[in-house]
Amino acid sequence: MNLPYYPGCTLKANASHFEDSAIKALEKLNCQLQEMKDWVCCGTVFSLSNDDLMLQLSSIRNLLRAEKQGLNELIVLCSMCYNTLKRSKDFITDDKEKLEKVNNFMYMEEVDYKGTVDIYHLLTILKDRITFETIQDKVKKPLNSLKLGAFYGCLLVRPKEYAIDDFEGPTIIEDLLSALGAESLDFAYKLECCGAYQTLTQKDVSLKRSYEIIRSASRAGCEAIVTSCPLCAYNLDFLQKEIDEEQVDFNKIPIFYFTELMSIALGAGWSSKWSELHFVDPEQLLRDKHLL
Amino acid sequence: MDEKRKMIKVYMAGEHFDVPEGSTIITALEYAGFQLKRGVGCREGYCGACATVYREKGDYKLQGGLACQTVVTDGMAITMVPNVPAEKPIYNLDELKPDVSSFIKLFPNVFRCVSCNTCTKACPQEIEVMDYVQAIIRGDLARAADLSFDCIRCGLCALRCPSEIVQYNNAMLAKRLYAKYLAPKSPELENRISEIEKGKYDEEIKNLKTMSKEKISEKYYSREIKIS
Repeated sequence: MNLPYYPGCTLKANASHFEDSAIKALEKLNCQLQEMKDWVCCGTVFSLSNDDLMLQLSSIRNLLRAEKQGLNELIVLCSMCYNTLKRSKDFITDDKEKLEKVNNFMYMEEVDYKGTVDIYHLLTILKDRITFETIQDKVKKPLNSLKLGAFYGCLLVRPKEYAIDDFEGPTIIEDLLSALGAESLDFAYKLECCGAYQTLTQKDVSLKRSYEIIRSASRAGCEAIVTSCPLCAYNLDFLQKEIDEEQVDFNKIPIFYFTELMSIALGAGWSSKWSELHFVDPEQLLRDKHLL
Repeated sequence: MDEKRKMIKVYMAGEHFDVPEGSTIITALEYAGFQLKRGVGCREGYCGACATVYREKGDYKLQGGLACQTVVTDGMAITMVPNVPAEKPIYNLDELKPDVSSFIKLFPNVFRCVSCNTCTKACPQEIEVMDYVQAIIRGDLARAADLSFDCIRCGLCALRCPSEIVQYNNAMLAKRLYAKYLAPKSPELENRISEIEKGKYDEEIKNLKTMSKEKISEKYYSREIKIS
């Protein structure tokens, strides 16, 4: 199965292990990610301003170029890109006047955007097209001793029209992890905000959010947290060093992308390059569980 | 100048001038009596010194071009841009890594790009400026270096950018980092540099420096070129 793929900037830089592990894991499921050509930044955050079309151009240019390349869908791994692209698409295709304005502005692209490209998160594809049953059948190295907490954050489930699962009680990541043989533990803060970009300007906010999220997961018995958002992964992972210095009741736990665990379970293995991009050492836990 | 040549009108600094049809902007302005001291360089489209903003009669678009390459049209309004006082940080390449971290440090506003493509529209070299900015944002310096290769640093992209990015200085850093750290190394170059450092050509250079012009000329035209 070929999957037309939009990577996003972070997956080419600080989260290259997210992309790399996805490619390896999907190969084991006979799926290939086919990166669209000439993509640009997704726009980073969906603009809530109703009339500033400038901030929609990045997303729409991607959709337009995908359409121009004959693609009718894009599969996205990064939660942020998923949320931004999908909301921009609706924002513009539901409003003929705005669509015309944007098309007039983008005359250098030579064709108009029509609005025919659908946006899917990889988790949705795994669930609906590949199915978790198929994935379960292909597991070579079950993660059966691993206790994991699925962390959704905001962008996979909010606003509810764009949720990839039930927006208040999603289980899609847990279901995937169960198919891989792991034990998924529910925890109270799995839908909380990690502090997002506050990490740049008001770090205290992100430190507090991340501390509460990780503590909640640890108390539920999780040995690691699993996410699909590079920004959540950054906050939850990078900030642990500082949290650890400040909080007496805190224990560091590794943060994984779901694709890294898929890669291990499906027999595509682990790469030491991925470890370099983690802040909290992920290898010790994997070794303890005989998964490396 | 051919007396029968058709004359057309162009506007410079609000005044109109009659200039010969078919001239480039530079020759037209010189014909009109302007003495151009800044904003003129090679006159061959290579140096990027003569960035010019112009508008053609009946068109609403402000266009960018090189004054030495753009041919005047009747009714054209012209403003030459002698210099773009854009931000140019000082850096030491030895202290930088060939990835996105160098741009975060030196050009943080490159991440403000909204992909509006205005820079690409402005580029007289027809470079995909916005696409190389995007390549930089995702750390693909090889692609950025490739796409921006023909940049002559005229500055028109930076003048039009709504996000106030200085595209061409970003491109220069991308190309420098690519060349220093990422491009395939040439063993021939390293051999030659070590030969030079060992003084293999010192004697020859010394001879050339003291040779008469006629002798150099004779030597030049009688040289053999080996292509292996």
